[in-house]
Amino acid sequence: MLKINNLHASVEDKSILKGVNLEVKPGEVHAIMGPNGSGKSTLAAVIAGKEEYEVEKGNILFEGEDIEELSAEERAHKGVFLSFQYPVEIPGVSVTNFIKTAINESRKAKGLEDMPAKDMLKLIREKADLLEIDRKFLSRSLNEGFSGGEKKRNEIFQMAMLNPKLAILDETDSGLDIDALRIVANGVNKLKSKDNAVVVITHYQRLLDHIVPDFVHVLYNGKIVKSGTKELAHELEEKGYDWIKEEVNA
Amino acid sequence: MDLKEKLLSSYLVFEDHVDIDTYVHNLRNDAIKIFEDKGFPTKKEEAWKYTSLNKILKEDYSVFPKQENAIEYNDVKKYFIHDIDSYKIVFIDGKYSSHLSQTTHDGMDICLMSAALTKPKYRLIIENYFNKAATKDSLPSLNTAFSSEGAYIHIPKNKMVEKPIQIIHFSTGNESALMLQPRNLIVVDENSHVQIIERHQSLTNSPVLTNSVTEIFTNKRAIVDYYKIQNDSLNASLIDNTFIKQKQESVASVHTFAFGGNLVRNNLNFYQHGERIDSTLKGVTIIGDKQHVDHNTLVHHIEPNCESHQDYKGIFGENSTGVFNGKIIVEKEAQKTNAFQANNNILISDKATINTKPQLEIFADDVKCSHGCTIGQLDESALFYMQSRGIPKKEAKALLMYAFSNNVLSSVKIPEMKQRITKIIANKLGVNLGFDL
Ligand SMILES: Nc1ncnc2c1ncn2[C@@H]1O[C@H](COP(=O)(O)OP(=O)(O)OP(=O)(O)O)[C@@H](O)[C@H]1O
Ligand SMILES: [Mg+2]
Repeated sequence: MLKINNLHASVEDKSILKGVNLEVKPGEVHAIMGPNGSGKSTLAAVIAGKEEYEVEKGNILFEGEDIEELSAEERAHKGVFLSFQYPVEIPGVSVTNFIKTAINESRKAKGLEDMPAKDMLKLIREKADLLEIDRKFLSRSLNEGFSGGEKKRNEIFQMAMLNPKLAILDETDSGLDIDALRIVANGVNKLKSKDNAVVVITHYQRLLDHIVPDFVHVLYNGKIVKSGTKELAHELEEKGYDWIKEEVNA
Repeated sequence: MDLKEKLLSSYLVFEDHVDIDTYVHNLRNDAIKIFEDKGFPTKKEEAWKYTSLNKILKEDYSVFPKQENAIEYNDVKKYFIHDIDSYKIVFIDGKYSSHLSQTTHDGMDICLMSAALTKPKYRLIIENYFNKAATKDSLPSLNTAFSSEGAYIHIPKNKMVEKPIQIIHFSTGNESALMLQPRNLIVVDENSHVQIIERHQSLTNSPVLTNSVTEIFTNKRAIVDYYKIQNDSLNASLIDNTFIKQKQESVASVHTFAFGGNLVRNNLNFYQHGERIDSTLKGVTIIGDKQHVDHNTLVHHIEPNCESHQDYKGIFGENSTGVFNGKIIVEKEAQKTNAFQANNNILISDKATINTKPQLEIFADDVKCSHGCTIGQLDESALFYMQSRGIPKKEAKALLMYAFSNNVLSSVKIPEMKQRITKIIANKLGVNLGFDL
């Protein structure tokens, strides 16, 4: 589904990704861990198509197609979804109006008519219930004044609405209390199928207890320096990153 | 001959055609002297620092249209809010068009200034109100000197006017350059309520310069909602002088939707003569090209316990320029005044500029005044966020701009009007959005 080959990327002439290789197949869950500033969010943003990041070398294939030339919205229409580490506040646009617009724009791109209002309402209710989101919440301005946890839950609500093929969850667990973590993880698991894939970026094992990864990767200094199974995450939780840094620097 | 000289000599011709033995004509005589003395404002004056009339004054305007021009309703229907029932006062090249208008004398007067200035039954109102709110600045004076036509609206007390009133000035360009000076008088008596929509529309590309004066009087507990739609051709310029004199507990709001023309200057003045008065001034400006829009507002708080709310949003593209100059005066007696002012702007081009300046003169000590001006760009991270959810950049920009102007639109009380403005904005931004805000 996703194949990243020797990806180098920079922002404002500062090189951040320095040769990332990663392959994600349908049905898989991958976890990316790594110290602060190692380039995890950058990798996510480059996959999602943020313009200010310059791809200098390598490529990203999504379902076999090089997506470098595609805009962020075109990637979204193909089924890429990014849950932001820091969701952006959009005053004046309600959650409902925002998600309606997003869904109908995606449909338009596929040559489909707008979703009938009744179906839209039903879908919104169903997904809001799945994530235990209060209806009143949906008429508020998107992310404006939301608590950290509310923002993250809202990201997964949008994911549930858009039903992507590849979901990248950038620190979706940070800011969530224990109950919210369970609700969100449960939501993600319900959306999982053999045809879609999830990449979770996290610092903590606790999310991976709920969303169990098939593979765990360590991103350090712009490169994936170690990959393993879910046991690697336990090891990192226990020992931290120093031993990996030493291995790399040796 | 420059425009000033031309106007001064035209005044003599004008006098041949009006009754000079009247109350109003004395005012005209005084006014033309003021204009002769002061001339057109220049950038040397503080209030005109960022707006130069030089260029538009160079045109060879005809001051009185020579012929009457007719237009068909179907050709201009789109300039009306046509999906509502309304009174209409329509002018073509400054001349009243009975064909396009729908006036009334049934329990109230929604008719013509020319009638009000000549018929005895209106004399009392004219003598009590005409030119009683307008200032003696040069442009309002110029308008007073030539005042002869416009809208005359008098709503007697305890009357809720069911239908909005649309005042539309068309110019046909059949005479090449044209200068228009409409004069409107609106008097709303105790407890009455009226909604008014005003628009100036040029139908060709010939230059037009409109120097309009509107005086509005809201008596005790009267409510006036006034909407100005400024979305004219690139050769049409407008100087709008509006003066609103409010009595106690009256509520007046003016929404100015400035999508420009060539040069637009809005002089919007509120005077609060009474307690517990509420004044609202809101505006959305969206312009591009080399358009220029200048909002020059004044709220004069004279008595205690009154409020004013100003909220102006501006989006400036290409080489456009914007000016916001908002003055609030709170007199010593005007304790417990609440005066708010906000002016937020987005520049979507490197070449666009905005000059924004609040001016507060506060002489009372127990008041709440707040003001804030911001100038920014569209938030790139918000755009990426929206794009990553499948909303194309163009639509995402439009959505952000809508959201930005939402506060101003949300207080529009005529739904069809709001829809129309939403459509104009969508058109300006070149998008089609699936919902109204
Ligand atoms: N727009 C930018 N301009 C300049 N530097 C940037 C920009 N974006 C990212 N960086 C830098 O790139 C590096 C990687 O940042 P990134 O956000 O990808 O790290 P991360 O692995 O997600 O860290 P964290 O765990 O703290 O979220 C950091 O040093 C960061 O300061
Ligand atoms: Mg990060």
